[in-house]
Amino acid sequence: MTTHHTLSVLVENKPGVLARVSGLFSRRGFNIESLAVGPTEHADVSRMTIVVAVDDLPLEQVTKQLNKLVNVLKIVEMDTSVSVQRELLLVKVRADLAVRSQVLETVALFRAKVVDVAQDAVTVEATGTRDKLDALIRMLEPFGIRELVQSGMVALGRGSRSITDRSLRSVERTA
Amino acid sequence: MTREITGAQSLVHSLEAVGAEVVFGIPGGAILPAYDPLFDSTRVRHILVRHEQGAGHAAEGYAQATGQVGVCMATSGPGATNLVTPIADAYMDSVPMVAITGQVASAAIGTDAFQEADICGITLPITKHNFLVQSADDIPRTIAEAFHLAGTGRPGPVLVDLPKDILQAVTAVLPHEVWPPTLDLPGYRPVTRPHGKQVREAAKLISASRRPVLYIGGGVLKARAAAELRTLAEMTGIPVVTTLMARGAFPDSHPQHLGMPGMHGSVAAVTALQKADLLITLGARFDDRVTGRLASFAPKAAIIHADIDPAEIGKNRTADVPIVGDCREVITELVAALAAEQRPDLEGWWRTLDGWRRTYPLGYETPADGSLAPQHVIERIGRIAGPETIFAAGVGQHQMWAAQFISYENPYTWLNSGGAGTMGYAVPAAMGAKVGRPDATVWAIDGDGCFQMTNQELATCALEGIPIKVAVINNGSLGMVRQWQTLFYDKRYSNTELGTHPASPRTGVKRVPDFVRLAEALGCVGLRCESAAEVDETIEKAMAIDDAPVVVDFVVHPDAMVWPMVAAGASNDEIRVARDLAPDFDYSGDAEVNL
Repeated sequence: MTTHHTLSVLVENKPGVLARVSGLFSRRGFNIESLAVGPTEHADVSRMTIVVAVDDLPLEQVTKQLNKLVNVLKIVEMDTSVSVQRELLLVKVRADLAVRSQVLETVALFRAKVVDVAQDAVTVEATGTRDKLDALIRMLEPFGIRELVQSGMVALGRGSRSITDRSLRSVERTA
Repeated sequence: MTREITGAQSLVHSLEAVGAEVVFGIPGGAILPAYDPLFDSTRVRHILVRHEQGAGHAAEGYAQATGQVGVCMATSGPGATNLVTPIADAYMDSVPMVAITGQVASAAIGTDAFQEADICGITLPITKHNFLVQSADDIPRTIAEAFHLAGTGRPGPVLVDLPKDILQAVTAVLPHEVWPPTLDLPGYRPVTRPHGKQVREAAKLISASRRPVLYIGGGVLKARAAAELRTLAEMTGIPVVTTLMARGAFPDSHPQHLGMPGMHGSVAAVTALQKADLLITLGARFDDRVTGRLASFAPKAAIIHADIDPAEIGKNRTADVPIVGDCREVITELVAALAAEQRPDLEGWWRTLDGWRRTYPLGYETPADGSLAPQHVIERIGRIAGPETIFAAGVGQHQMWAAQFISYENPYTWLNSGGAGTMGYAVPAAMGAKVGRPDATVWAIDGDGCFQMTNQELATCALEGIPIKVAVINNGSLGMVRQWQTLFYDKRYSNTELGTHPASPRTGVKRVPDFVRLAEALGCVGLRCESAAEVDETIEKAMAIDDAPVVVDFVVHPDAMVWPMVAAGASNDEIRVARDLAPDFDYSGDAEVNL
């Protein structure tokens, strides 16, 4: 059965690493649903959050192949039950005076916020899980969505533990 | 005293420091700065080849014959892209190789400059790792890292791309002062030491097995574990099969050796895997050429799978006992763990195996018209040259016959392109092997198709004093492709006729090219052999020449085919010993084991 898996991948912050990771997915025939990458608390390390839709066995193969990349430091699968997973959505909705209040009501319902307003449109910012953002989009669609952009998923494990601790030490030691 | 050197000097000093003795390459614009200090180096020998593909395969041959990291060098753009095939080849066969390429100056990168190619991008999927060097200060560390990555763990090719301005820049980081540099590879931690519990689990399965087979792959050679393998095999009495990449890892003459498995493997080896109850897989990867249709491969076998690359385990076939580790350490620990276990009782299994071996030995037909059987030529070369000789093959029928009919008694005496199947591998690989092992006799067993792809390196051999011997098994066609056309395309020989044979069906075409005259033009001795009566005499003549490369044009029967064969995509149960002839396993007489 194909399910979504969220992988947190710690990589060396070096040029070309994103191409190495994304190239590996495409040449081994795996689809990336979403990918987000950014700096971490350590300057030498970037963190990628990759959502893939694969069976369990191919997932093991993806993880092993990723681990072979020299610039990959660590891979942790983020189980939804023990991690916080969020995406950011920016959406520009048609909202003239006649419907603006209804749009704002919907926005408030989702605890989203308006970050820009024009004569006939508002831009809404929302964060949340995939499901929540999908629901918001569905509710805004009748008003007319002019433009929409989403970040990839980012995820962090719950509790006090950090997945960066140990691998960071090894970076510091050799840096 | 000068305290500063150029990046180019740093590169050459780093190559010296890392112990690289030979570089195969061709200079050009972007790499030119490196060739100036290379000219002065007394410790690094540069061999000027005629095509960068030759440099890459030569580095592979050198590496496969010596166990050292092979080095090739090329300029930017087309020089670098000509290395792509040997790099891909080295990646598929896990050959330790470092490719050094020039790149256009840093400021010109991305501008479509003259002779610019994004070689790091191009080789991303076919290298273990690659580097674009961004400062001359980084050169010693990068070279040390490249050699470390290429030669450790699962070996493979590593490319180092050096922009011209980096080679020309000055640096105060002197290789001999910083050597060995601290490696900055926090994400690279190959596991060599196997897990003790897994090894004990494997030992238990072995002890309880009734029909085990040691399925040996190239990883055993990479781990330099031939002696350990022999100990394991002899203490347990388990039959051994060696894949195309592992020929020589276990002596062919050993009574426990069943031969090569796979598409053109021996009936005994293929069938032993099919009927086994346990495969002890060491450094092999369940390649499609070995397994045939995967779903029906060794259906009753439990799988012990040991490999240094965790990604190989469970990739094609689920392992019951996965072991990540270096094959030498795995086998050593397995031998120790087995000391506490009962030996498996294999008497019945061996009676069955011996029945298959007796009934279906490897063989070939001698043509009735007195023309040469290619298998006979190859068998005689193997016999006359002897087991210390290194053989390098191209790809196709001659490769399979060389794998079948030469008896490999020693590791590192069989070089070929197994995973990638690169035609043209033989001549440059033989050249590289001879450079690395000048004491050894090196024969390239080549086909008339392959030979025409890379024979320009014979000029290199002639001028650099690299006296290899080349047997061109000349059947006048792309033989393996033609064999498939015979079997699966209704004998419609579309574009496989080469015109190199005196009996070419093409009117007016005969011996184009004439390999004897071509050999002579390239500074080699050219010989020809067209009948069985001349075979031994011609081989002995070639063996007697050791001051020049020799090419022998063996004009063989054009219709010979490679048997046995498992058709592509078919189950190994459907092996054919000859056309339309399947073995009768029910026959095998005294089979006592319940299959």
